[in-house]
Amino acid sequence: MSTTTAAVPPSARARARTTGRKGNGRNGPREGFLPRTAAMLVMGVFTVYFLTPIWWLLVASTKSRGDLTTTNALWFSDIQLGENIAAVASYGGGVLPRWLLNSVLYAGVGALVATVLAGMCGYALAKYVFPGRELVFNVVLGGVLVPATALALPLFLLFSQVSATNTFWSVFLPSIVSPFGVYLARIFAASAVPEELLEAARLDGSGEVRTFFTVSVRLMFPALVTVFLFQFVAIWNNFFLPLIMLRDESLFPVTLGLYTWNTQVNQVPELRLYVLTGALLSIVPLIIVFLLLQRFWRTGLGSGALK
Amino acid sequence: MSTTVLDVQARNRARVKVPHKKAIAIFVAPFATLFTLFYLIPIGYAVWQSMLVIEREGTYGEPREVFGGLSQYAQVMDSGPFWESVGRVLLFGVVQVPVMLGLALLFALLLDSPLVKGRRFFRLAFFAPYAVPGVIAAIMWGFLYSPNLSPFKPLTQEVGFLSADLVLWSMANVVTWVYVGYNMLIIYSSLLAIPTEIYEAARLDGASQARIAWAIKIPLVMPAIILTAIFSIIGTLQLLAEPQVFRTFTSAVSSTFTPNLLVYTTSSVPNVSLAAAYSVVLALATFILSFTFLKVTQRKAFQ
Repeated sequence: MSTTTAAVPPSARARARTTGRKGNGRNGPREGFLPRTAAMLVMGVFTVYFLTPIWWLLVASTKSRGDLTTTNALWFSDIQLGENIAAVASYGGGVLPRWLLNSVLYAGVGALVATVLAGMCGYALAKYVFPGRELVFNVVLGGVLVPATALALPLFLLFSQVSATNTFWSVFLPSIVSPFGVYLARIFAASAVPEELLEAARLDGSGEVRTFFTVSVRLMFPALVTVFLFQFVAIWNNFFLPLIMLRDESLFPVTLGLYTWNTQVNQVPELRLYVLTGALLSIVPLIIVFLLLQRFWRTGLGSGALK
Repeated sequence: MSTTVLDVQARNRARVKVPHKKAIAIFVAPFATLFTLFYLIPIGYAVWQSMLVIEREGTYGEPREVFGGLSQYAQVMDSGPFWESVGRVLLFGVVQVPVMLGLALLFALLLDSPLVKGRRFFRLAFFAPYAVPGVIAAIMWGFLYSPNLSPFKPLTQEVGFLSADLVLWSMANVVTWVYVGYNMLIIYSSLLAIPTEIYEAARLDGASQARIAWAIKIPLVMPAIILTAIFSIIGTLQLLAEPQVFRTFTSAVSSTFTPNLLVYTTSSVPNVSLAAAYSVVLALATFILSFTFLKVTQRKAFQ
């Protein structure tokens, strides 16, 4: 068998590699029992490390307040997840569903708008020659290195000048600017959208803007999904901006809301269970979205990092 | 002679119309406008605000803002808490970033090697914590560390994870837990992009997996590692959610624990001018540090 390795076409070998089957032949026996066991042991130990906190959160959210501290924290006792969810959703006049909705608006809609804007700008920087192009790109690149949190206070000062703090827009508008998205879209558009295709579209009488939205967007799709996910996470994780901007509880994203509850745990003990159930409710949809979009996430990230 | 030719050429070029001007404007203008409004102007405004000082006539006079030049910056330079917080996040970064990226690289290489079975499962399991926002991760780990609420009470009652000595490293663990899988995925996807033919020669020559990883794979994924390192450095200097949340679990985290926490505390005093000065110094430091790192490593990695 060992002599046939060289005859296997590269594509078959690549497939074997990605599907997890080891290529047969010469490189087979070299990985002995010991390295394989050691590798699996490392992966196993870290699986426990990564999943235990999430498992614990899931179990804790199913318990009654009494069971939370008295029963085994890593296994179920009386399951009452439904009651807990109902209780947490109606606590404080149903403010948690409101927070979840706010988060979807800030992060979901915000990231969507940011992706469209960054995609258009990156595309123009890649596909057209115009005066000031390099200047725009370099300023944007500088923006990549200035993180969103560093801008929270300056934005707060600016919004106070126009008395617009503590509004939905004070968190939403700054969130739709993604310099990293422009960078990624430019790199991806440069290689993924062939010039000939644009010429063909022009000959067919399609306008530039229409060509972008009908043809180029499809070719840039993996990169755009990556930009979306990246910006979504950035907005979702940006704690400083809502913390400094918002006073009105009904405008909070879920992260800030749960944080506020957590600061009151000592005065209002039942909040402890609500914080945990609320945390579970806020991460489950995210985990599902992430797993569904993971394929795009990977290809897009790879292309961004390799350049 | 040559200069006049160049002049003519330049004039000609200036007169040549840029094709698709309207389309370019439609594509670029929205982002450029928002970037100016919510990136450039706030930074400029913060710089201006940081140069104002509040002056009163007598003790009870009307306070008014007057131009104070760089006096706030002198105060920043003299500020003990500021430098302590900077030292703290630098210490944090020097330890946490290499540990996190080392683990991410190890997992990516293992996933890419023939040693591991079930790579799809491991990929998902390791990436899952990234879906947990920093604030919620900090709340979860706050419970897990707590001597009274933790499921690991025998351990947490013995070891003070939330004590003044350990709390910085407990936070490092939270950040590592969230971000290892994400960084692993970036490195892993660039490993997948390497054509397998590159290793064939090495394999035929009898090189071990470890040798292939060290001599071929790691140099090829260096750009990905640099990218993850830059984002990690930026993230470290910006630490806010984790210390802010931990303040509800322990008194060991002061209100000036990290630079951003100090900015927040100072702005709620309210001393916005000083907070603006802290912010400007912090943004500048982040920019310079990640830019320098980018330049230095690029030179080393690609020459």
